[in-house]
Amino acid sequence: MKAKSCRGGPVMKSNGFVAAPGAPWPMPGHWQNSTDLMTLDPHTFDIVSNANGCDVIENGILRYKRLLVLDPDGVIDPDLTTISRLAMTIENVTCGHDYYPHGDMDESYTLTLSPDSCTLHSNTIWGALKGLETFSQLLYLTDDKKYHINQTIIDDSPRFSHRGLMIDTARHFLSVDVIISILDAMSWDKFNVLHWHVVDDQSFPYPSRTYPNLTYKGAYTPYHQYSRDNVSTIINEARLRGIRVIPEFDTPGHTWSWGLAYPELITPCWGEGDEGGPNKPNYPLHGEREILNPMNEFTYQFLDRLYQEIVDDFPDQFVHLGMDEVYYACWMSNPNISDWMKTMNFTEYYQVEQYYSQRLVDIVNNKGSYYIIWQDPIGNGVQVNENTLVQIWKGDDEQSWQQYMSEVTSLGYDAILSSPWYLNLISYGEDWKTYYLEEPYSFTNDTKLWSKVKGGEACIWAEYVDGTNILSRLWPRASAVAERLWSNQTVNNVNDAQYRLDQHRCRMVRRGIPAQPILNGYCGDYEWTHQMAPLN
Amino acid sequence: MALVSVPCVLLLLAGVVINECVALKSTPPAAKTKGQPWPMPSVYTTTGDTMLVTSSAFKFAAGDKTCDILQDAFDRYFGYIFYSGRRHLKSDSLRFVARKAGQPMLTTLRVDVTTECDRLYPSIDMDESYDLKVLGDQSTLTAVSVWGALRGLETFSQLVYEDSDDQEAMAFNKMNVFHWHIVDDQSFPYQSLTYPELSNKGAYDPYTHIYSPGDVREIIEFARKRGIRVVPEFDSPGHTQSWGNGQPNLLTKCYTDQTPNGKFGPIDPTVSTTYSFLKGFIRELTEVFPDKYLHLGGDEVSFSCWKSNPNITTFMELHQFDKNYAKLEEYYMQNLLNIVSSYNNGYVVWQEVVDNGVKVAQDTVVQVWKGHQEAELAKVTQAGFRSILSSCWYLNDISFGADWRKYYTCDPQHFNGSLAQKNLVIGGEFCMWGEFVDGTNVIPRSWPRGSAIAERLWSSADLRDPHIVTPRLEEHRCRMIRRGLNAEPVNGPGVCKYEYHPGL
Repeated sequence: MKAKSCRGGPVMKSNGFVAAPGAPWPMPGHWQNSTDLMTLDPHTFDIVSNANGCDVIENGILRYKRLLVLDPDGVIDPDLTTISRLAMTIENVTCGHDYYPHGDMDESYTLTLSPDSCTLHSNTIWGALKGLETFSQLLYLTDDKKYHINQTIIDDSPRFSHRGLMIDTARHFLSVDVIISILDAMSWDKFNVLHWHVVDDQSFPYPSRTYPNLTYKGAYTPYHQYSRDNVSTIINEARLRGIRVIPEFDTPGHTWSWGLAYPELITPCWGEGDEGGPNKPNYPLHGEREILNPMNEFTYQFLDRLYQEIVDDFPDQFVHLGMDEVYYACWMSNPNISDWMKTMNFTEYYQVEQYYSQRLVDIVNNKGSYYIIWQDPIGNGVQVNENTLVQIWKGDDEQSWQQYMSEVTSLGYDAILSSPWYLNLISYGEDWKTYYLEEPYSFTNDTKLWSKVKGGEACIWAEYVDGTNILSRLWPRASAVAERLWSNQTVNNVNDAQYRLDQHRCRMVRRGIPAQPILNGYCGDYEWTHQMAPLN
Repeated sequence: MALVSVPCVLLLLAGVVINECVALKSTPPAAKTKGQPWPMPSVYTTTGDTMLVTSSAFKFAAGDKTCDILQDAFDRYFGYIFYSGRRHLKSDSLRFVARKAGQPMLTTLRVDVTTECDRLYPSIDMDESYDLKVLGDQSTLTAVSVWGALRGLETFSQLVYEDSDDQEAMAFNKMNVFHWHIVDDQSFPYQSLTYPELSNKGAYDPYTHIYSPGDVREIIEFARKRGIRVVPEFDSPGHTQSWGNGQPNLLTKCYTDQTPNGKFGPIDPTVSTTYSFLKGFIRELTEVFPDKYLHLGGDEVSFSCWKSNPNITTFMELHQFDKNYAKLEEYYMQNLLNIVSSYNNGYVVWQEVVDNGVKVAQDTVVQVWKGHQEAELAKVTQAGFRSILSSCWYLNDISFGADWRKYYTCDPQHFNGSLAQKNLVIGGEFCMWGEFVDGTNVIPRSWPRGSAIAERLWSSADLRDPHIVTPRLEEHRCRMIRRGLNAEPVNGPGVCKYEYHPGL
C-alpha cells in the first residue's frame, strides 16, 4: 500500500558504491584512504595546537573532543595501534574576538593520520576548523563498539568561497537555540555563510536601537523578537564555527512590518489610481502598504541611520539589501509618484527603482560595506555598481536559472546561485538528489564566466517552517547542497553519494540534530528519541 | 493559580467565527480563535459569558462509576489545562488572580459515566458520545461509557483558554484507532514469544530496534487510557521479506531456469508448514493484542516468484487453478482468514483482497487505499462490507503549502450508493508510511495535518470549507505545541504564544 517508491526489500545496495564507515561529507578534494586501521580512546585523546589563547581554536578543540565520544560504551581496539594525539599547526594564527570569518578566508587544510604521527596543517584558523570536522568524521565504531580510524591523508580546500544557508525569521520566529543548532549542523557540512533574512512584511523581530518602535510595533509579540544579547550570541557562535553572518534587511519591497511604526516610510498605494484614494489595496495587483516611498528624503535619512546600526552590529563586510519583487503596480497607482517622476524626468518605473537602488547603494558604500542583492533589479534593467554580488533565485520552465546566471555574469557581476535550492519547496521522496545534481557551471562553457560564480546558498523560507520542523526539513537535504559547493565538480554520482550521505545523516542524529531519513533503514544502535543517544 | 476562562457552553448548536484572510501577496499572520474545539462537536452552543477557572479552586469530580481510565484522564487533563508542556503557564506564577466584577468561578466539573468502566478496552462499537454542559457550578459531563467521557474531557480542556492576551496527539484529535503497521519487507521489530527468531534475525537490530512484549503492553495500555484501540497489522503474503530470515521455508523460493536463484517471494501458500506456523503465530497475536480486530494486509502480492517456482506450478495444476495466480492468493487468504476466525477474531484487510475476489467473512473491514476511491467504496459497500478510507490521506506524500485543505475536503461518504451503503463506511485512517519518516520528523509531519482528517471523521459532513475552519485549526496547532508536541505550521506565516522548545 505504498503509493510510491516501495523499495520492496531489505536496504538495496545494488546501485552505487557503498561507502565504508568513517566516510566524510562533504567529500574532500584529495582523500587517500587506506585499509590500515588504528584506534583511539576519545576520553584520553588529546588535540593540541600552536594557537594557544585563540578562542576559535580552543572552543573548536573542546567541541570536537566531545563529538569524538560516539558512544559512552565505546572502547579502544586492543589489536590495533592506538593514536593518542592530533597536533595542529596553523601557519598564520590571526585570531581574536574581533577577527571574523570573511569572504576571502583560506579554508584549506591537510590532515595526515598514521601510527607515527597525526597532524593537521592549515594556513588559517578557519582551515583548522574544517580539518577538525573532517577528522571527527573519520572516526567510527565497529559493531562491537570498538573505535576505529583508518590511516588517511587528506588535502582539502573548497571549490567555492561562498557556501551559504538562508533562514527567514520574519514569517515564523526562530529561537536562538534553534539558530545555534542550525549553526552547529552547518559547520558539520562546512557551510560558511548564514544569510539571515531577519525581517519581512510579516514581522520585524530585529531589536533596533535607533528605531525601537520598528521592533516594538513590528514584531509579532514581545516574545517573538531578538534581544541585543541574542544577536551578539548568534554572531559569536557563528564566528566560533567559522561561519559568516550576513544580515538581510530587504527593501524597498517586503516592508509592510516597517510601516506599522513608520507609516510615512511607505508608499501609499491607491485603490484604483486617482479615484481610489491612498492606502487602499487593489488586489491582486498590490496591497496597501507594501513598499518604501522612493520620493521622500525621509526614507533615505531613515535608511542611512538604520544601516549604520546594521553595519555596526554585523561585522561581516557584506550586507544583503534584498531588492527583490518590487511591485511597480503600487507606484503606478499613486498619482504623487507620477508627478514626482515628471519632475525627475523619469518615463519608466525601472528608473524609479534605479533611483532608489542607487541611493541605498551609495548609503551602504559610504559606510564601507559591500552588498548582495537578489537578481530582480538587474532583470528590470537597473544598473548597480560593478562590485555587486548578485543572488540568482529565479528559474522556471520559461527561463531557466542558467539563462539568468548567464545574463548576470555576462554583465560582469559576481553571482551566487540559489534557484534550484529552495528547501522549503518540499515534495515526496529523495529530492536531495535533484539538489545534488545541480551544477553551478552548467550555464556556460566560458571559463571566464565560471570565475564570476562565487558559490551558492540553500534557502528555507518560513511560510510553513518554524522551530517544530526546521531542523528535520533542513538536514540532510541541505547537506546535498553543501557537498556541491565544497567538493570537486567531478564528485557527482548520487548513487555513490547516498550511502555516504546516509552515514552523515546518522552522524547528525547522533550529534543531536533530528536529521530525517533518506533511505529505508536505521542508524545503528541509536535513533532519534532513543534514550541512549549519548549527546544532547 | 492560572488565570483561565471558559466560555459558558451549552452543547447544542455549532457557532463558528468566520475570519477570512485577505489575499495579500505576503499573507498576513493566520488568525486564531480562542477556546474553540477541534474537531467540531456535532452540536455546539456557546454564550458570550465567561467563567474563571483556577488551578487552586478547580477539580474534576467523578459520579458513582469511576475507574483507572477516568482517574488518569482527570490528572492528564488537569495538566493540559493548567500547565504548558512540562512547565507552568506564565500566569501560573501570579499570586492573586484578578476576577472581573461579577464573573462566576467554575470550581467543579462533575463527570457521570452510566456504565461500568473497570478493565475495559476500547472496541470497534464503543459509544463515544457525551453531553457537556458548562453552566456555572451546575457544570456536568455525562456519557454512557468512559470512552465518551474521555472525548468530553478533551473538549472541555479545549474550551479553556488563557485570558491575558492571545490567547499525545491522537487523543487531542479524538482519533480512536492506532493502526500499527509493525512489520514489513524491511524489518521485523515485533518480538514474538512463540517465534523469537523472527525478530532475532528479521529486525534491523535484535537488541535496539525491536518492540519487546513489555514495550507492546505499554503502548496498548497508554492507548487504552486514552480510549484508543491498537490494531496491529501483520501484512502477508506479500511484504514479508523480513519474516523469512527467522522462519526458514516460510517464503517462496524464486527460480531462474528451473533452479532456485537465492531470492524469495511472498509466503509459500502451498506447504502445510506455512499454516501450522500461522496458527501458532496468530494465536499469540490474539492473546497479546486485546482488540477484536487484526489487520492482515493482503496488499501488493507479486506473482512473478510464484510463477517461477515449479512446486507451485504443480500445486496449481493439482488444484485446477488454471494458471490463475489470484486463485492461489485467494487460497492463502482463505486459509489465513479461517485461522483468524477460529480464534473468534475479526479482521481488516487492504482492498486488494476483495478486489481479487477472495471470499471473506461478512464482518471483514476493508481498507480502501488506491485511487478511484469512490468507485471502490461503492463496490465494497455494495458487497455488504464495512469499509474505511485511506486513499486521499497518505500523509507521507508531502507537498508544499496548506495541503491539509485537500485532506479536509475529502469525504468518505461521497460516492454513488444507497444510505445503507454509506452507513457501511465506518471511518478512515490517515497513513504515514515510513520510507522517509522516523522519529526525527514523524510528529511535525503528522500534526496538525492529521487533525484535518480527525475532524472529517468526527464532525458533521456539513463542515466542509477549510477556509472557515482555519482559525480554529490555528488555535488547535498552538494548543498541541503548548502540550509539548512539535506540530508544524500549515497556514502560512504566524505565531503561537508559546512556541515549541525542543529542550522542554
